[in-house]
Amino acid sequence: MSVRESIDEIYRSDSRRVLATLIRLLGDFDRAEEALHDAFIAAIDAWPTGGIPANPRAWLVSTGRFKAIDKLRRAARFDAARADIAAQIESIAPPPDDIDEAAVEDDRLRLIFTCCHPALQPDARIALTLREVCGLATEEIARAFLSPAPTIAQRIVRAKGKIRDARIPYQVPAREELADRLDAVLHVVYLVFNEGYSASSGASIVRHDLCDEAIRLGRLLVELLPEPEAMGLLALMLLHDARRRARTNADGDLLLLDEQDRSLWNREQIKAGLDLVERALYSRRFGPYTLQAAIAAVHAEAAEASNTDWRQIVGIYDVLIRVEPSPVAELNRAVAIAMRDEPSAGLTIIDAILTRGDLLTYAPAHAARADLCRRLGRNPEAAAAYRRAIELTRQEPERRFFEKRLSQL
Amino acid sequence: MRYLCLIYDDESKWGTMPKEQAEAMMGEYFAFTEGIKKSGHYVGGEALQPTQTATTVRVRNGKISSTDGPFAETKEQLGGYYLINAKDLNDAIQIASKIPSSRIGSIEVRPIQEFN
Repeated sequence: MSVRESIDEIYRSDSRRVLATLIRLLGDFDRAEEALHDAFIAAIDAWPTGGIPANPRAWLVSTGRFKAIDKLRRAARFDAARADIAAQIESIAPPPDDIDEAAVEDDRLRLIFTCCHPALQPDARIALTLREVCGLATEEIARAFLSPAPTIAQRIVRAKGKIRDARIPYQVPAREELADRLDAVLHVVYLVFNEGYSASSGASIVRHDLCDEAIRLGRLLVELLPEPEAMGLLALMLLHDARRRARTNADGDLLLLDEQDRSLWNREQIKAGLDLVERALYSRRFGPYTLQAAIAAVHAEAAEASNTDWRQIVGIYDVLIRVEPSPVAELNRAVAIAMRDEPSAGLTIIDAILTRGDLLTYAPAHAARADLCRRLGRNPEAAAAYRRAIELTRQEPERRFFEKRLSQL
Repeated sequence: MRYLCLIYDDESKWGTMPKEQAEAMMGEYFAFTEGIKKSGHYVGGEALQPTQTATTVRVRNGKISSTDGPFAETKEQLGGYYLINAKDLNDAIQIASKIPSSRIGSIEVRPIQEFN
């Protein structure tokens, strides 16, 4: 491997770690990003002749820090306030000769918790996390969320501005706040995965890049902070993502669980997911992510759709609705009850949800109703419900799927 | 760093609250204020008279206009404030969450703009 290739490799594997530490040392996101950039430029300059240092990461941190202080000193000739900042950085952060692993891991957690701080706008948390923790370019984030790049850029700039001006601390939350703050982090990861797994709009139903980033974030969290719900979320993502190759046919059309070729499921990923669910359940401190993962696990364990243990799935939904009541969970429970008992039992529950005014604009609710009516031979009702689902969906493959079902009635 | 904690709640609730409840609430406010004085967070703080006593002043084309009341009709009104000294936003949020009205209304936490 050439030195240049090694530098690229180190950039991929370590640049986010270096950034996380530089933010702590320099006290500012923008300054740290600039320092990271300068440190890698210095590496490209120095390493081919001087050789790659024994601890490249420590070299990059201390070079980045030095470059930042140097820049502030030079700017201080025109602006006295900069000299104060430079002096402050030098005093609070002695040159890190050797950075110990634990400190670096703490910095990565600090970065995650800061990017997902509840005082930031929810959209901004997602953009900032993908940008700073995952290292995605603004353009990549924009493409993934089908938003214009300037919108994403502005979100990130505003979030960094708020972190600086309102002084959001660069900290892992104290024990008494940890549970709530971890929820906010997990929610960001969950939203990234969901957008990847079931893109809210557009031509393609799955954006694998976002799924991959979310799983990477999930792994990082479990590694840094092995809390049951972090494990549960990672398990949930692994188990769903394991069906990736079976979820759509060659034309990109959506296939339901009972239509999927289960030999295409990723067994290794399922195994990893099942292990995590078990560990999370064993802790007895699990929550909604673990329960959803447990449902996915029951599906994953069925060799064929007809072997699915619906009794167990209904049971887990009962617990989930107690832990975290939501109309969407009720809808899914209704579908599971229809499978366990008979279609009319599920239909009664769905109608009750819709009658009280919930999920009226949620396409899957109408699609589920349509499917149960179809199975009961109530075709005109099924057709009306499919039409409503078609009106509501913004996903192209989903629309095609509903239209196919409608035409088959 | 200094933060202003603006206390918003439905001021009509104060009028309809049973006497004991209002007294208990006032007691909580006194205790809270004492607490943040002791911890060194307190810089200042006042309660405001109801919005029916408010006047909004504008100067347009050199002419003063004053109108009755606050300019916006909202469910929650500014009822008071604390100016606090906090280490960072997390510290400020902790303090704000202990202001008694945070349970019935909401507290807006704003960092003070420092001019050097």
